[in-house]
Formats: sequence, structure tokens, C-alpha cells
Amino acid sequence: MPDDHIERHCVISGVGQSDVGRRLGRDPRELTLDACLAAAEDAGLTTAQIDGLSTYPGAAVPIPGFSGAGAYEVIDALRLHVDWYDSGLETSGQLGSVMKACLAVGAGMATHVLCFRSVWEGSAQGTGGRASLAGGGGGRAGPPPRASGPNQWTLPYGSASAANWIALYAQAHMHRYGTTPEQLAQIALNGRRNAARNPKAIYRQPMSMEDYFASRIISTPLRLFDCDVPCDGATAVVVSRRERAADLRHPPVRVAAMGAALHDRPSWDQLSDLTRLVGADAAAQMWSRTDLTPADVDLAELYDGFSILTMLWLEALGLCPVGESGRFVEDGSRIALDGELPLNTHGGQLSAGRLHGYGFLHEAVVQLRGDGGERQVAGNPSVAAVAAGGGNTCGCMLLTAGD
Amino acid sequence: MSDVGPRRMLPELTDRTRFYWEGGRSGQLLILCCQRCGYYLHPPAPLCPVDHSTELAPERVSGRGRVASFTVDHHRWLPAPEPPYVIALVELAEQEALRLTTNIVGCPPEDVHIGMEVAVTFEHQADSEGRGDVWLPMFRPIGGAAGA
Repeated sequence: MPDDHIERHCVISGVGQSDVGRRLGRDPRELTLDACLAAAEDAGLTTAQIDGLSTYPGAAVPIPGFSGAGAYEVIDALRLHVDWYDSGLETSGQLGSVMKACLAVGAGMATHVLCFRSVWEGSAQGTGGRASLAGGGGGRAGPPPRASGPNQWTLPYGSASAANWIALYAQAHMHRYGTTPEQLAQIALNGRRNAARNPKAIYRQPMSMEDYFASRIISTPLRLFDCDVPCDGATAVVVSRRERAADLRHPPVRVAAMGAALHDRPSWDQLSDLTRLVGADAAAQMWSRTDLTPADVDLAELYDGFSILTMLWLEALGLCPVGESGRFVEDGSRIALDGELPLNTHGGQLSAGRLHGYGFLHEAVVQLRGDGGERQVAGNPSVAAVAAGGGNTCGCMLLTAGD
Repeated sequence: MSDVGPRRMLPELTDRTRFYWEGGRSGQLLILCCQRCGYYLHPPAPLCPVDHSTELAPERVSGRGRVASFTVDHHRWLPAPEPPYVIALVELAEQEALRLTTNIVGCPPEDVHIGMEVAVTFEHQADSEGRGDVWLPMFRPIGGAAGA
């Protein structure tokens, strides 16, 4: 790694996760604190040693179930004494919060930063709201409210969900590159195969190609099984200063490089190229900050809020040529646990639940530590690519095992 | 207003956006345009991203374009429109990547394809609550390529 890059100071020293379920019916703050305490414990740190905090998206986001706890709630509940903290939605995807923690650690503002992402969309949607719906949805009496801000350009046309917006990318990719629904299905089938080996995954029963095509169409070409599953759960990681992590509980996982760039318009429908993820800018930045190359990647944990996003991330990260992701995943063997590029080894959000970005980071650390159990990738994988986000918000990180 | 039943969610009319939603009253698709360099902006913004001029004004465009991408929605998210319906990104003829999210009407959903030539049409949404009528720009196929 180039010596002047801040990542050389940063490791992931701990990971933690709460119970995960379709609808747990628990206070989301409890789930959040479960994950945070588990991550600190995993790192071998006391809460008194945690001196920084970072989260996505923070409190007061008016989408049902989208945020289980804000930064202040966790700081107060754990009586943390933080030297640095941050939260926010306008950042480079869900991983933006972890990258900001790395910047704080690298800059010497904090030594051990607790990062978390907490959702309760499963329960929230079960009570009438729909988290995936722009504007929040939910029933109200009286005349319907009018759409304002960015929503005014889409809601009048029934373009209400990210499923609609992302479907437009999928259709464009199929048109330009000949990508097929059968190829798209491989992302869902691969996730389900891996979820069968993950005790915490939400959907673990086998899924066949026939099952996939029997699932109802949401917004062509996307079917229900192309859409991730809303759930309740929280995930946390601890970003630590590398020099201070040597005596912690687990061998640290290093942050080799990170990418946060956004060179396109921050928009879902005004992108310069509908088949190119804005994450391509973040990926290019990430590769510019390391001597590693896509050929060095042993496994990939790539966001699958919708199946097509994983394919677009494969291309954005250079893990396959642009336009070739369909052929890359065809027949599923290349991306299987025993394939050349094991992908979404915990089942992804499609089968393991929409933990919203952090699930991929958690899984990458588990795999690099060799703690994957039944789903552990063989051969001591040492380089993992992690990417999260889609639409106008994307970020990616490269993690390596060992020091 | 002749239609009954569920209503589409309508846009809030503001000083910055009213021209776009009311242009259909006179059958005009209006897009904000930089008066110095001629660049079209959508959605409307306070200044031109090319030359940072604030001399912006709505200009009538041809209303012609092509389908850059589309999706047929089958899930009911809102009371209206009634699924299945076609959501499209239409790229206007005037400028590369000048796109609107819209609906394709006037043909069966299965006839819509990327690259299809389309022209604007307006759906009038009357308002009885004092928030202003709206004319939603939508697009229909033109020419022989549209299919039956």
C-alpha cells in the first residue's frame, strides 16, 4: 500500500450482530445496542475504550424502519466518551460511515470507532408503512399529500420504489449487453445456496430456477426474488488504529483501500449512463489507493438490494469486464462458494436480510478470519472486496487478512 | 375532471416548478433553459451547471424523444396508477441525456421498447383542494415503429 494513504493506520478489530429476523418485534434500540456491545466484546474492548462513533443514516430519517437508532442514542445509552462522532445519510453509501471512521482514526481524532447500521424495516412494514416506498408511504385520512422535492418527479407516475428505479438500469443493461433474466437469476440462486449454510439467514430453503421464475414480477425485469428482504437487525464493526490493535482479541483485518468518489449526478434517474453504477467512480478511486488489483480478490461481498446491483458492482470493480457480468455469473459456478470468485457468501440481502450494506462488511471480516463455519471459503482467503449502495449512493472497501 | 376512483399523487406546485406542471394547459412541454448558453436543465435548479448563469427561463421543447429505458410496474405502490403501467425514462430530442421520468401511454405495455420514438401528451389532473391543477407530461408512441 502506498505509504501516504490513511488506510494504513486502520483495521477492523471487531464485528457484532444482533438477532436478525423478518419481524422480531423488539425495540430497535435494543437490537442496535446488542450489535454494538457484541462488536466491542469481539474486539476485546470495553465501552470505556471506545472513543469514537459513526453510523448511517442517523436518527430522524422519515422512512419507516430505516434507522433503528441515532448516534446520540447509542452514545448516551453506553455513556460513551467520544473524541469524534458522526452520522448522516448523504455519504458514499452505507459504507461511507465506516470510511469516515477510518478517516477519523487515520487523522488521530479517535482510536477505536464503533460503527453501526440498524434497521427494523420488517416490523415497520408489518404495521402498514412501506420503507421501500419513496416518501414513506403509510395510510392517512384526508386528501393525499402532494409530492415535493425529488419525489415530485417520480411519484405522479407511480415510480415510487427503488425497485422501479433500479429496474430501469436492469432493462438498459439487458438491452445494451444482452444480459438475460436467467443470468440475473443466478445472483438470487447463489445467495440462497449460501444462505442455507448461514444459520442467521432469513430464507434458507432451496430455490430453483423454476422457483425464481414462478415469483411474481414487481417491475420488469425484476421479480420478487430480485428484491432484498426487509428485516429487523443491527450490525456493528469497530475501526481501530492499527498500532493500537495488536493486542486485541482477534488478528485485525486491515483496510487496504477505500473508495468514496461520486463523479456522476447524485440522482437515480439522471445518471449519464444507466448501465454504469456511480460506484464505478468509487471503485476506480479504491484501486488507485492500493497495489492490489482485481485479480487479487479472493471473495466479493457486493450489495444486492436488487440482483442487478451485484452485477453492476462486479463490472464497476473490474471483477469482470464492463457488460460481461451476465456471462460471468452464468450457470453460477464461478460465483459459488467453491468457485473462482465466491460471492455474497452469507446469502446477501436477498436471502440473509436487508441489513443494508453492513451485512456484507460483517461477512467479509468473518471470512477473512476463517470463521465462516459451514460457509467458509476454502484456501484461507486473504483479500475481500466489499461494496454497498446503488442509485446515487455507492462506496467500496478492500479488506485484507493478516498484518 | 371526468375520471373517478383513485387519484395519482400530484406534485406540489412551487415558484420554481409550476411552469413544468402547468405547461400542458396550452399543450406545451417546457424545460428550464439557460438564456446565455442554451443548456436545458432538468430537474429545475437555481443556476446553469455549465456556465453558472442564473438567467434561466422555461423554453418550449419539441416534445419528441426516445425511450432510454422503461419498466412495466406490476406492484401497487400507490392508489394510482393502476398496474400494470409503464414507467419510462424519455430522453428528449433537444439534448443528450436530457431525461424525464414519465409514463408511456397509448400502446400496450408489451409494445414499449428502448429506442422507441415518442411524443408528449398531457394528462390533466383537476384539483378541488386549492392546490392547483396539474398537467402531467406523458409520452405516446409515434410513427410506424410503435406497433399496434
